[in-house]
Amino acid sequence: MQIVKQQWFGNIRADILSGVVVALALIPEAIAFSIMAGVDPMVGLYASFTIATVIAFVGGRPAMISAATGAMAIVVVDLVADYGLQYLLAATILTGIIQILFGVFGIAKLMRFIPNAVMIGFVNSLAILVFMAQLPHFIGGNSMTYLFLFITIGLVYFIPKFFKMIPAPLIAVILLTAAAFIFHIDLKTVGDLGAVPTSLPTFLLPDIPLTWETLLIILPYSLALAVVGLLESLLTAQILDDMTDSKSNKNMEARGQGIANIINGFFGGMAGCAMIGQSMINVKSGGRGRLSTLVAGVFLIFLIVVLGDVVVDIPMPVLAGIMVMVAISAFDWGSLKYTITAPKGEVFVMLITIAIVLYTGNLAIGVVTGIVISALFFVAKISKVNITRNDATYIIEGPLFFASTKAFVDKLELAEEPHITIDLTSSHLWDESSVGALVKVVSKLEEKGQTVTVIGMNPASQALYQKLTSFS
Amino acid sequence: MYQHILLAADGSENALRAAQEAVKIAQLTANSVVDIVYVVSFDNAKAERLHSSPDSLLLERRRKVAAIEQLLKEHNIAYKITILKGEPAPEIIQYAKENHVDLVIIGSRGLNGLQEMVLGSVSHKVIKRVHCPALIVK
Repeated sequence: MQIVKQQWFGNIRADILSGVVVALALIPEAIAFSIMAGVDPMVGLYASFTIATVIAFVGGRPAMISAATGAMAIVVVDLVADYGLQYLLAATILTGIIQILFGVFGIAKLMRFIPNAVMIGFVNSLAILVFMAQLPHFIGGNSMTYLFLFITIGLVYFIPKFFKMIPAPLIAVILLTAAAFIFHIDLKTVGDLGAVPTSLPTFLLPDIPLTWETLLIILPYSLALAVVGLLESLLTAQILDDMTDSKSNKNMEARGQGIANIINGFFGGMAGCAMIGQSMINVKSGGRGRLSTLVAGVFLIFLIVVLGDVVVDIPMPVLAGIMVMVAISAFDWGSLKYTITAPKGEVFVMLITIAIVLYTGNLAIGVVTGIVISALFFVAKISKVNITRNDATYIIEGPLFFASTKAFVDKLELAEEPHITIDLTSSHLWDESSVGALVKVVSKLEEKGQTVTVIGMNPASQALYQKLTSFS
Repeated sequence: MYQHILLAADGSENALRAAQEAVKIAQLTANSVVDIVYVVSFDNAKAERLHSSPDSLLLERRRKVAAIEQLLKEHNIAYKITILKGEPAPEIIQYAKENHVDLVIIGSRGLNGLQEMVLGSVSHKVIKRVHCPALIVK
């Protein structure tokens, strides 16, 4: 109870202020991510309201901001293009169910299996995809399009150096939308891409046939959404844990993301997850508690109702400029140096993750492939066994397990000394293969009339050896 | 004289030069303690997580001040290490105030006018607002 009170009301004033700042910063991004996904801007705005509001209560990481995100938008592009909004809503609900299951089964532990190289690849390919999604909005446009794009980028870059109270992207949107309106400048606007109703979100069942076929259409997307959403959410949670020197419950966060997405899908929102950028804005603005996330959600719906009619007039090059800046700050620029200084295997994993994401357009496939490849690299790396001979003593260095026993057997079988000692002080028997290999080598040598002494087996290896060689 | 000396550290050459001055000043006063303060900037939080695991973050940060630690050890100067999180300048100023620091020593990056406008000078901000005497080392 004490903890709940602290998480909600331990930081009231700063939480309210930072929540307001986040709501202001969320608007341009939620609209832009909707357009990336190919849906009406309201779908992303509603999603951001619903997810932020729900996660404030059920999330595991206070002060983290979840809403409609670029990572999720990218995953659903094809689903929306082929089947439409209703299937996206159904996929969002299914995503929530999968995420709750992941949470119940303790997905957080699996985060440890994701190496940094894959994380860096994930973050970078997301940034590249967000950037590339903006190109159609200005390539081939008129000179005013390019002018507005560059003015937006300039404003978003320089305003924070002098003025931090209101998020720079929102200032850029307001100034440039007004300028385009007043001077009747010919630019594509948000309204050209979709109609924007300004009603409050309402509870609706997705309008889809409830058949196996439908399930098979949305399941792959939902699985990808669940993986991508949890990956970004748990990464963000780790960053916030570090920034605020506090711990958070990752499995509760996974369940919370699931609950938020289910409710979100029923209220007409697109799937979302935690956002690194917005969560950092929240913490930097002083947000520490659940109240900050709730205020962000509630203030956002207030802004949607008030500003809904203006959203259609926002020029597309302005949104594209904001997204270019989002991509630039999302990209991990340290990875340029990393490609030179890091071990070659890790760099390869990072690059292959990026390559697969860019080729398939699916973040989840890239991440899973990256994890598998780096796991194989890891096995290959630790399966190197070094065997040195000192007279008739063979010193084994390195762990013995299914992947490393071949080198051990090949070398020891050829030993010709009459009295052989195998020194396992710097080794460890891990599995049945290693015990089997040792037994095989010893019996082969003894068949040839040599004697073998095994020394230096550590207690754990001894226990395994005895367990597997006692036939009683 | 200066009992509690705050030495701002960020792993750079400038911070090491500042440490050399801290050694000279600490040697003047018996029982003085050099408090090596390293501020983990919020702006780097994402990059630091991506390039090291949650378990090794502390080790990475301790490494940033290892050269300074070594220098102080060589001169037998009592020291402690404090790791703070947030915006560097305000964190240093607040910490100095709350812990009744007697002197702040900080290295200057030597930025020109334009760089200072874009990047912002931590040492300038600290000097402007800190409550106690401060020394900028060029």
